[in-house]
Amino acid sequence: MTLLDASDLRRVYGDSCGDCVELTGDAAGTNQCPECGAVVACADVSLDVEPGEVLGIVGESGSGKSSVAELLALERATDGQASGDVRLDGHDGNLLDADYETRHRLRNGAVGLVHQHVRDGLNLEFTGGGNVAEKLLAAGWRNFGDVRDRVRDLFEETEVPVERMDDPTETYSGGMQRRVQIARALATDPDVVILDEPTTGLDVSVQARVLDMFRRIQREEDVAAVVVSHDLGVVRLLADRTLVMRHGRVVETGLTDRVMEDPHHEYTQTLINSVI
Amino acid sequence: MTDVLTVEGLTKTFDMHALGDKQVVGLDDVSFTVRRGEFLAIVGESGSGKSSLLKCLYRTYEPTAGSTVYHPADADLATCDDRTVMAIRDSTLGYASQFLDEIPRVPAIDVVARPLMERGTPAAQARDRARELLDALGLPEELWEAYPATFSGGERQRVNLAQALAPEPELLLLDEPTSALDPETRTAAIELLSESTDAETTVVGVFHDRDVVERVADRVAVLDGGELQRVVPVAEFAAEEEEEVVA
Ligand SMILES: [Zn+2]
Repeated sequence: MTLLDASDLRRVYGDSCGDCVELTGDAAGTNQCPECGAVVACADVSLDVEPGEVLGIVGESGSGKSSVAELLALERATDGQASGDVRLDGHDGNLLDADYETRHRLRNGAVGLVHQHVRDGLNLEFTGGGNVAEKLLAAGWRNFGDVRDRVRDLFEETEVPVERMDDPTETYSGGMQRRVQIARALATDPDVVILDEPTTGLDVSVQARVLDMFRRIQREEDVAAVVVSHDLGVVRLLADRTLVMRHGRVVETGLTDRVMEDPHHEYTQTLINSVI
Repeated sequence: MTDVLTVEGLTKTFDMHALGDKQVVGLDDVSFTVRRGEFLAIVGESGSGKSSLLKCLYRTYEPTAGSTVYHPADADLATCDDRTVMAIRDSTLGYASQFLDEIPRVPAIDVVARPLMERGTPAAQARDRARELLDALGLPEELWEAYPATFSGGERQRVNLAQALAPEPELLLLDEPTSALDPETRTAAIELLSESTDAETTVVGVFHDRDVVERVADRVAVLDGGELQRVVPVAEFAAEEEEEVVA
């Protein structure tokens, strides 16, 4: 059974000449169209995720992995032209074509997103508890006591000191802010969580603890996830299967340990050898 | 006796793009069967393809040619899709390398209990089983609640082996699981492995130490330069050695 099914994801920035996709990509060695200068952030990206599965997307900056994450998370298109097909089990039709209302409802329910930059995901002037409560209120929770209990449980689960719940988020450490983001993303028991560069801005020792915490919750709750990272270690730790992206295209797909230990594509081999 | 695994013509070639598309042969046309409940040891010089063989069986390496039919799931591990491999790994196929995969801030007992809990065993029961295994492998009780990151190589290897044995896989692939153990612990580990194979777990294990092979294995597969030289009963393997010594 497929939970999340995406096909032909594409996002192009700039006025396209119409041949941009053919003129860019891994073989062309660039994501920028030599004809018209438009940037093909991603194209021809298809993937699917089963319930409880973790899919990793690895690549350098400019590989298109964050564009894919945005499309999967049903984020409002900032600019550029997006196309493709995203389907979620239990919901009708192509969600990229869904109206604002539907996408908004899904983003507050079935799909959770952990933004790369804390500021995009949290209001740092709000309390930590308030940031999580906001998600619950947006999802229709109305009873103050229930909201408060749920936030408390989520803080415990993500290992944020509960006594800090009513302090402004900007007074939290980087690791705690990231945990609050994860608590917020998990608040409505989503079917799938998208994590975009979950270790950005964290010290190495804090990274390991945050990732392990997420891994524990992910397995306990059996929630599916898409983890986007430039860091092979992050993907190795969390993902069952991995996509490798370069110049806006998927160049290799496989079981994570297979991709790491027996990389087939020239680019994947370079990426892995540069770490070892 | 029924077979657990039927390997035919298994071949692995690595294309090294950075070395001008140089091809490196890991395994060349390897065929053998593994019988239910047996302990098959794989031996050979370093570089003979022992680890490559295990990794091909587990699909960490994708075989270039050949088939690896895993009978409990009626699937060809060499060619089946990734999801099928994941499901088989999650249920009946185990693998342990020489080294413990580090999970920060998880006590030894939970490292061992985790795979059981992920398969649905209640936490208390999983931890009981973990204690049993750690005890059998002689890990001092005061270390059970400590983090393996602080352990010696031998202590970590005991945790690793206990973790691999905990879910009682039908087929367990072991890559030099006793290399860092002192002689006494090694004996305990070997006894535990022998008991496990009696209890219907089938083991394919790479071992460096001839002495260990002679004590645990039922049959021995000898690899050389990526080719399988022969598969012989352990008694025959032991006798070969004596001949060599005499000669
Ligand atoms: Zn163009």
